[in-house]
Amino acid sequence: MNAVAPDSHAARIAQVWAVLADVLDPEVPALSVCDLGIVRDVLPQSDALDCALEIVLTPTYSGCPATELIERNVLEAIEVAGLGPATARLQRAPAWTTDWISEDGRRKLREYGIAPPCTLAAGDAVPMRFISRRLATQEAIACPRCASTHTTQLSAYGSTACKSLYRCLACQEPFEYFKPI
Amino acid sequence: MSPTLMPTSIQPSRDPAVQYVLRLADTCLILGQRLGEWCGHAPVLEEDIALTNTALDLIGQARALLTHAGQIGAQKGAPLLGEDQLAFLREERDYLNVTLVELPRGDFAFTVVRNAMVATFLKLMWQRLAESSDAELAAIAGKAVKEARYHQQHAGDWVVRLGDGTAESRQRVEAALESLWRYTPELLEDDAVDEQAAASGLGPRWSELRVPWLADMAMLLDEAGLVVPKDSAFRSTGKRGVHSEHMGHILPEMQYLQRAYPGGTW
Repeated sequence: MNAVAPDSHAARIAQVWAVLADVLDPEVPALSVCDLGIVRDVLPQSDALDCALEIVLTPTYSGCPATELIERNVLEAIEVAGLGPATARLQRAPAWTTDWISEDGRRKLREYGIAPPCTLAAGDAVPMRFISRRLATQEAIACPRCASTHTTQLSAYGSTACKSLYRCLACQEPFEYFKPI
Repeated sequence: MSPTLMPTSIQPSRDPAVQYVLRLADTCLILGQRLGEWCGHAPVLEEDIALTNTALDLIGQARALLTHAGQIGAQKGAPLLGEDQLAFLREERDYLNVTLVELPRGDFAFTVVRNAMVATFLKLMWQRLAESSDAELAAIAGKAVKEARYHQQHAGDWVVRLGDGTAESRQRVEAALESLWRYTPELLEDDAVDEQAAASGLGPRWSELRVPWLADMAMLLDEAGLVVPKDSAFRSTGKRGVHSEHMGHILPEMQYLQRAYPGGTW
């Protein structure tokens, strides 16, 4: 990318956001780090136009192996676009939630074949109940392929910590569901 | 990190706040290590993935807590220790995990019963720590509580499935419950370390989790058709650094790389 040197903080920050909208999550490459809501803020560190930018990132899962890679990819993209220097800061609080995934992100997930997370009920609002098999009727997770809600959970965990595995009983296809947290 | 910064063994600060955080960090770390042993060995592929993903969450939580314990120690005047030093270069007596998590992984029933016990404890602990006077600890807890809740749900579902399953699964889950129960009082009692933490607002006395933990476990065991075992006079002491014979066998496996290639990274 050959960016025109921005003439104000606002212009530079807007360009950074535009660049980050193309940095994909390494484990769910249908989404950018912005769609996921991982990028929380872009903060200039002084009044100088060429000052360092601090990119505030909120990691998704405590054990997500992609966290460090995402940080590196974000900084590299800014550098390549000529918008640096930039540093990254991991901010844990408030904790990341799937509610931060944008509408656009949800659509992209569905198109990619992953059912987007439902909106999160706060913490213990839903009392925990233990059942020997997750009932098909318990959660109405729509199949990303045929939109039927006649689906059942196959496995609580999928190919990554953030997803579980479902099967559509209408079209018979398995699909992944992005777990709400 | 250069080899000179990685001496053969390190000693963490004896400060009570550091010990309070290390008890949790090591409990997450050692259970994560135990669950990792299931990689490639679980009864079905789905559970292989579930157990290793749980391990990944626990090790992620341990990393954040170890880093923070090192920082608290440094604030109190000890040399700054990083997560890797704390995870890989301590001697056995300086690990403060509860004994429950260091017991060999046993069969699948043993693993899910222990996971249910620990996840229930950690969920309740994270809920309280989310209110900690220590902002970093509160931030770690705010994220971890969601993960612990999922672990509790998953392990709990399996306890019910096995308890309410075949004669074989029921016999195994009963045996697991019986042998693990006597290690649980260590999670639910306090000592001088807790007094300091409660006084400074760092976190609750572990004894404050006793009532809600027993309530959660009673609900789970009832659903599984299992009976809450009788209390035992036995008390394990891992959180004070006095471990079972099993701890000495985990450490060589966990520490091998950093001991053989000091400061090695990849």
